[in-house]
Amino acid sequence: MSAVIAEHDEHHDHGPAKGILRWITTTNHKDIGTMYLVFSLIMFFVGGSMALIIRAELFEPGMQFVEPQFFNSMTTMHALVMVFGAVMPAFVGLANWMIPLMIGAPDMALPRMNNMSFWMLVAGILLMASTLFMEGGGPAAGWTFYPPLVLQTGKALPFAIFAVHLLGISSIMGAINIIATIFNMRAPGMDMMKMPLFVWTWLITAFLLIAVMPVFAGAVTMLLTDRFFDTSFFDAAGGGDPVLYQHIFWFFGHPEVYIMILPTFGVASTIIPVFARKPLFGYTSMVWATGFIAFLSFIVWAHHMFTVGMPIAGELYFMYATMLIAIPTGVKIFNWTATMWKGAMTFETPMLFSIAFVVLFTLGGFTGLMMAVAPSDLQYHDTYFIVAHFHYTLVPASVFILMAAGYFWLPKWTGNMYNERIGRLHFWLSAISINILFFPQHFLGLAGMPRRIPDYAVQFADWNMISSIGAFIYGFSQLLFVYIVIDTIRGGTGKATDEVWEDASKHGLEWTLPSPTPYHTFTTPPAKIPTEHL
Amino acid sequence: MKKARQLFAGLALSIFGLSSAHADYTLNLTEGVTQVSKDVHDLHMLILWICVFIGIAVFGTMFYSIYHHRKSKGHKAEQFHHNTTVEIIWTIIPTAILIGMAIPATKTMLEMDDIQDADMSIKVTGWQWKWEYEYLDNGIHFFSSLDEASNKARQKGSGIDPRTVPNYLLDVDHPLVVPIRTKIRFLFTSADVIHSWWVPDLGWKKDANPGFINDAWTYIEKPGTYRGQCTELCGKDHAFMPIVVVAMEKEDYKQWVEQQKEVAAAEASAAEKSWTKEELVAKGETVYTNNCASCHMPDGSGMPGTFPAIKGSPIVTGDIKQQIEVMFNGKGMMPAFGQMLNAVDFAAVATFIRNGLGNSVGDMVQPSEIAAMQNAAGANDDTDKE
Repeated sequence: MSAVIAEHDEHHDHGPAKGILRWITTTNHKDIGTMYLVFSLIMFFVGGSMALIIRAELFEPGMQFVEPQFFNSMTTMHALVMVFGAVMPAFVGLANWMIPLMIGAPDMALPRMNNMSFWMLVAGILLMASTLFMEGGGPAAGWTFYPPLVLQTGKALPFAIFAVHLLGISSIMGAINIIATIFNMRAPGMDMMKMPLFVWTWLITAFLLIAVMPVFAGAVTMLLTDRFFDTSFFDAAGGGDPVLYQHIFWFFGHPEVYIMILPTFGVASTIIPVFARKPLFGYTSMVWATGFIAFLSFIVWAHHMFTVGMPIAGELYFMYATMLIAIPTGVKIFNWTATMWKGAMTFETPMLFSIAFVVLFTLGGFTGLMMAVAPSDLQYHDTYFIVAHFHYTLVPASVFILMAAGYFWLPKWTGNMYNERIGRLHFWLSAISINILFFPQHFLGLAGMPRRIPDYAVQFADWNMISSIGAFIYGFSQLLFVYIVIDTIRGGTGKATDEVWEDASKHGLEWTLPSPTPYHTFTTPPAKIPTEHL
Repeated sequence: MKKARQLFAGLALSIFGLSSAHADYTLNLTEGVTQVSKDVHDLHMLILWICVFIGIAVFGTMFYSIYHHRKSKGHKAEQFHHNTTVEIIWTIIPTAILIGMAIPATKTMLEMDDIQDADMSIKVTGWQWKWEYEYLDNGIHFFSSLDEASNKARQKGSGIDPRTVPNYLLDVDHPLVVPIRTKIRFLFTSADVIHSWWVPDLGWKKDANPGFINDAWTYIEKPGTYRGQCTELCGKDHAFMPIVVVAMEKEDYKQWVEQQKEVAAAEASAAEKSWTKEELVAKGETVYTNNCASCHMPDGSGMPGTFPAIKGSPIVTGDIKQQIEVMFNGKGMMPAFGQMLNAVDFAAVATFIRNGLGNSVGDMVQPSEIAAMQNAAGANDDTDKE
């Protein structure tokens, strides 16, 4: 290791290789981070287009544009693309870019594996997308792949399952890399309890990934053998049980939703203090709350299954355990509020998105609490109330925070300031339309509209129309973000300072570096670790 | 576009709380028609209000801070970063609230679980895409599928405005009829994939899992027609297998039971008489539309790669015995229609597809032959049980 560092010192900062090979063969954490982020943005639009097909069909009652089977395939693929192609890779991209910068490391611990995990992700998503063009259409049994329905998939089934395997391997490699980096590559003086919360939340997320991705891979492999090799894990006629699949799936699936939200918490905890000009409130309790949420995520899975016919003791246990999640989540929301309290706030675009995240995620949390109560969940389950709930915890939470992260770090990455005016326009359009899109879905669900249906009774028509209008405004306003990113790369509104945001260097090591960040950073460890939260 | 403008007006009004412009908007969970559904509704409202109060406190604090503690107003940032007392308080208070919620929730859950002392039992079987109801106490048995008017209107490019169809997608050919003020036990299972049986007015839903039996119960207080839908994705026509429960006074229910027995007797005698090919083809067309057209398409062209065409199919134009065997016992995704259709309907549709939809084989099958097959299959089932 020391030999490598010495060699670097000799010929200083050599830039990236030229041409397309730079991107294919790169082992640089910044290049790989960029590729992850660009890829996830493209997938955000692919998955978004599928959502717009769904919302176009639901604009009015009756079947106008697509056949029901294709509609089901759209809801399935929308979820798979958004979860595995957009949100998760976007956070891996941020981790690649920011974790080495935040802990004062020169790169990720396992750079070649880093490259491989990115390209496996691309292969996995392409394979998944190709199933749409196969005989019998793409998978249409929902992203949860419940048997026996999923076993009725046409030629696509084995391809979809292999795609899941590839995505799983890619995520596991990414997670191993992040853990190895955080445990081994911290600069001297960067103790665990001095790490920025983004690093902490990703460390815990990475453990969740390693724990549950193999479980998912196992579940889909059992589907594969049930279909092709005459096993009957999930077939009662052979002594199996279709509900067993649901237990296995949600043992993966519940931690999976926290895999998408914990790094979100980390970014919010990084951004809010900078614009409140205060240290983060309750750093230690934030770390513990994150760990507690991660622990709880493993013991609450069957709250997705209150209607499958569990024994009463099971229903009660999963209800109580699920309600507990409200406590650490509440602590986090109170901490962010207390961080803002008596600060000197300014409201640049990253802060606007972060505040919207705290408010709208709290709404998603409230509906989550309502659903934790098993008897009421027997009404809410599999209705649009659920759709509204998890979109509130994903879109104005994870996606908003990803946008906030983009605005927050783009000046550091590119050396240029983004256009603040258009950024704020993007924020207000997003924040308003997302509520037009998802808030009415609460009413629809409570009024009795089931989810995953391409057509509905006419009393649901009005709110569906409003929801669809919101969807189109939200979808198209995201193009502003693409414009801003390209504009910023090309020069934006001028050069960014090294600190970018006022006094930001008190909050994190990345702001002590030049803007744009050189191709190689922290080849010598930083001299001083920011400790204002202690 | 007039509709859209009305909508925006309605939305604006409801946001400002001036009035509810459209009385038919349902915004909240139904109270339902059973004690359980009322308890669930109360729980829902309790937690909703708790959330509203917490929301007011948290968002109130946040927006106060956003308004007053801003740099543009010259507020100087204080540098505190923890306060153990506050942190303990905001951990303990939510815990107490949660315990307060868990107590009534547990009570309702236990109440819903108490299946004992039911007055009657109905077995509900989910099929792709219809419901089968068997009254275990009096032997009444029928299938319940989407009504014809909705089924026509919901086809892509039907040109029928769903708003002109009464109870669009929420009506069936044979509703489930039950007496009020009777504890009814439901047993749920499925013949193919997982379905879920939900009537919001009863206050719960329950999954129908193939190979397993789930139970639930209800006690309906007032007569009426209560509508619901399948709520577990079950394939392409998941949206098109509604549930209609007609609850009636005990006296009316008794009359209905008698009627059903007469209908069953009439069906049995219809199966015995000899039918002409023309009669069967004429009847078979309707049966085809209601049972077969959603996969094999109204014109019998099928969906390449998923559902084979009827037109020119080697099975349909080949040996009639083989065709009946596939229809009777199912094959792959094709459900077994042997017990799903009565003998007349089965023979009618089997004859129709050989002599309609562009096929002209010329032969036919008598309902009595199908009835014999059904009896034989039923006898086999009984032997299995013993």
